[in-house]
Amino acid sequence: MTRLAISERTSGFAMREAQNTDRGGLHAAGRPGGLQHAGRPGILWALPAILYFALFALLPLGFAFYLSFTYYNGIRISPPTFIGLDNWTRLSSDAAVGKSVTITLLLVVLAVVTQVPLGVITGVWAAGPQRFRAIVVALYFIPLLMSTAAVSVLWGSLLDPNFGIPDALPWLFGDGNLLGRQWSAVAVIVFIYLWGATPLYTLIFQGAARQIPVTIYQAAQIDGAGIIRQFFSITIPQLRNTIITVTILIVVGTFTAFDIILILTRGGPSNGTAILPYFMYEQAFVAFDLGYGSAIAVVLVVLAAAVSLVMVRVTGYDKMTGSQEGI
Amino acid sequence: MGTRPNWFAGTFAVGWLFVILLPVYLMLRASFESQSAYTRNGPLAPPTEFVLDNFIASFEMGFGRYLLNAGIITVGTVAIVLVLVPPLAFAIVRSRNRGVSAAFRLLLVGLAIPAQVVVIPLYYLIDSLGLYDSLLGVILPTAAFVIPLTTLILCGSMREISGELYEAMAIDGATPLRSFFSMVLPLAKGGIATVVVYTALNAWNGFLLPLILTRSPEVTVATVGLSQFRQQFSVNIPGLLSAVVLTIIPIFIVYLFARRALIAGLMGVGGK
Repeated sequence: MTRLAISERTSGFAMREAQNTDRGGLHAAGRPGGLQHAGRPGILWALPAILYFALFALLPLGFAFYLSFTYYNGIRISPPTFIGLDNWTRLSSDAAVGKSVTITLLLVVLAVVTQVPLGVITGVWAAGPQRFRAIVVALYFIPLLMSTAAVSVLWGSLLDPNFGIPDALPWLFGDGNLLGRQWSAVAVIVFIYLWGATPLYTLIFQGAARQIPVTIYQAAQIDGAGIIRQFFSITIPQLRNTIITVTILIVVGTFTAFDIILILTRGGPSNGTAILPYFMYEQAFVAFDLGYGSAIAVVLVVLAAAVSLVMVRVTGYDKMTGSQEGI
Repeated sequence: MGTRPNWFAGTFAVGWLFVILLPVYLMLRASFESQSAYTRNGPLAPPTEFVLDNFIASFEMGFGRYLLNAGIITVGTVAIVLVLVPPLAFAIVRSRNRGVSAAFRLLLVGLAIPAQVVVIPLYYLIDSLGLYDSLLGVILPTAAFVIPLTTLILCGSMREISGELYEAMAIDGATPLRSFFSMVLPLAKGGIATVVVYTALNAWNGFLLPLILTRSPEVTVATVGLSQFRQQFSVNIPGLLSAVVLTIIPIFIVYLFARRALIAGLMGVGGK
């Protein structure tokens, strides 16, 4: 879910790391033995974890590709049978797939345009010197202690049309059936995702805002720049890398909106909130067509890789220096 | 930052604080109120009673078992990660073997795999191993998916150990095994704490893998149990919310006692 983003965040460090080990390799080849080599662990130290990881994460990734060419209903006595391109031809003509991709992209865009501004404003504010802000930040933290499932059940209960807030405030919510219509259901999901995830970005922006040198602001003040001018001409540009990092985190994190959707709407009303991960789940584990589900999973991989690649290119994130830059 | 108060951001921040705290307050209020009182007074009324009935009912409906299962999965996952990851991080930081750097690149690829994408083949794999509907069947892949990030975290803290220390150990004739246990592990304590918290959070809050890899109530975990409760008892709001509170308590305790490691772990979690 967030793994991709994290790889982006740490890629600077990671690349350096890879170079380090590379150089090490050359050294070792040129100068066997001696102090250069003494006390250094060999490949055996890495092997157990790597094999374990390959078995449970890399192997299944390749296997998903294979399963997308099979019919598989998830029952052990009837193993996957090869059916060629059937799943893929079906996928290319399935209107629900296009709809699902659209909803996925919509949700991603809505999540970014709500969470980034909120995270920036609260984070920059929290970075200020006043003592009580630390207490406020500690309270901001609360949603992070909850699983997405817990957040979803909490909000699902509070927004229940018969026993929740909509019932108590009919002048505000009308009939209160927020999850019964597509657009209000999407709005509820975006809001719940916002509520559960933004506190983390507040923390990240707080850390980043504290890194901005105070002297820049002092100079701006001498030049007569007001607080709004300072915000847009200093704070935002200085936070650029962090904004990019957080955007990637949000985009990839949208996969976890799966939990919210499964618990609250089950993709409904009439598939109006069935984002791609949920659509895949439904095909595989509700309709028990795991082969078709795998084809959707492959689309998901390609889509996720493409989105993050485009973002990295467009934003020049790959030219970022230093691993801590974004944090 | 400027020393003048920023009224716009301040108002906004306090307003957001209200949005965060209101549902938490409503949750606590409702979970300590009987269902009849809740239905009578509505969700927004001030608290009128303080009863533990909902929590008792949650346990009677088997939620204790779900919490225990989540606890077992958490402990099991942390144990696997603690056995596998520190040696790997040690090798990545200190080894000069080409294979290790190749392994490291493999892990970076792994960072980019969202768990959602591999659940179907994982289901096949776990089912073939005869581990479907068992806690072990959830533990094994959960641990695998935290390996890349926990390795990066630990590499970071192991790289802060100075090269001279390693050389001193080597001059004294220490084997890698000995430097690992008597120097690397003690000095990387902070990183290991972060790894433990990150892993535990992931395991405790995990939803998708247990949802797909288990079925029986005996192996249901708290998050999936919450989802089932919501389908079965959606009219009993206080009961549901008390179960939500129960899932938060353990993390809250960690928050009180290991706040630093928790924040560092959460930064690793990203968008959860």
